[in-house]
Amino acid sequence: MKKVLVILLLAVVGFYISETFFDIGFGNSHFVNNEVIKPVKDTYLQQTVQELKVANTVTSIVVNFRGFDTLGEVTVLFLSVTALGSILYKRRHHVGDRSVLFSASSIVTAGSKLLFPAIVLLGTYVFIHGHLSPGGGFQGGVIIATGFLLMLLAYENYSVSHTNLAIVESLAGVTFAGVGLLGFVYGEQGTFLENFLPSGVLNDLFSGGVIPIIYIAVGFKVAAELTGVIYTVLNEKGEQNG
Amino acid sequence: MIAFILISVLLVLMIAAAIYAVVQKDLLYAVIATGIISLVLSILFYLLQAPDVALTEATIGVALTTIIFVITIRNTERMEVEADKEENIKSTKK
Repeated sequence: MKKVLVILLLAVVGFYISETFFDIGFGNSHFVNNEVIKPVKDTYLQQTVQELKVANTVTSIVVNFRGFDTLGEVTVLFLSVTALGSILYKRRHHVGDRSVLFSASSIVTAGSKLLFPAIVLLGTYVFIHGHLSPGGGFQGGVIIATGFLLMLLAYENYSVSHTNLAIVESLAGVTFAGVGLLGFVYGEQGTFLENFLPSGVLNDLFSGGVIPIIYIAVGFKVAAELTGVIYTVLNEKGEQNG
Repeated sequence: MIAFILISVLLVLMIAAAIYAVVQKDLLYAVIATGIISLVLSILFYLLQAPDVALTEATIGVALTTIIFVITIRNTERMEVEADKEENIKSTKK
C-alpha cells in the first residue's frame, strides 16, 4: 500500500515536470527567437566578444555579468565547509591515525607520487585558461582536490596543514571581494565587480580584464575548501559496529 | 541520426544504472552505479555542446561524490537493511 502510494505520487510529480519541460521546448526556433529571451542572449554574445574579449561565453557570464552570484556561490561553499568542520570537530582528537582497511600497495604509492604533480598541473591549467577553454575556477579546484585525495589514500601518514588551507582560502576569498570592491573605485560606472583592467586581445592568455584574476582566486579557494573536506572526512573514525 | 541513437543508448544506460542503484542491496555497488550515472551524464553534456558543465559533472559527480560515499560506507555499514527488519532488531535489543 505504501509503495503504491509512493509510485502514484512520483507519477503525478513526473507528469507535471515533464509537461513543463515540453512547454519550454529547448532549442526550438520559437524558443530561440522569443522576443523576451533573444535580446538578452544577443547582448551577452556580443558584449562577450566585442567588449570583454573573452572566448568562453559561459565564463564571462559567470564571472562578469553574474559575478555577484558567483560570490554568493563561493560563500555557500565556505559556509558548508565550516558547518562540516564544526560538526566533526568533537572527535578531532583522532587526527593522524586514519582508519585504513588495508595499506596501499607499492604500485599505488609510486604511481600516485608520479600522478600527483600532473593532476595539480591539469587543475591549474583548467582554472588559468578558464576564459579561453571549457572549465574554470570550480572545475580546476575540484581537480586539484582529487589530486590531494589520491595522495591521502595512497600514503597513510600524508597530512595537510589546516592552517595553510585556512590561509590560502582566506587570501583567495579576500582577493575575490577586493577585486570586486576595486570596481567601485576604478570602474567606469563604479559598480561592484566591474571590469577596470584593459580587455586585451581575443584568445590571448592575458585577456578579459579581471576575469582571470577572479577565476584564479576561485580555483585556489575551491581547492583549499574541498581538500579540507576530504581530509576531515577521511580522518573521521567511525564507531565500529557489528 | 547516429547522434540520436548514441544519445538514446546513453539515456537508457543512465536509467538502467539508476534502477540498479535503487534495487541493489550492497551499497558499494549502488554508489558505483551512481558514479556511472554521472559519467554517462557528463558524456551527454559534452555531446550536447556544454563542455563546461561536462567538466563539472565529471569532476564532482564521478570523482568527489563517489569517493565521499565510499568513505562513508567504509565507516558505517555496507549492506542495506530493510526498514521493517531494522525495527525488529531494535525491538529485540530493547
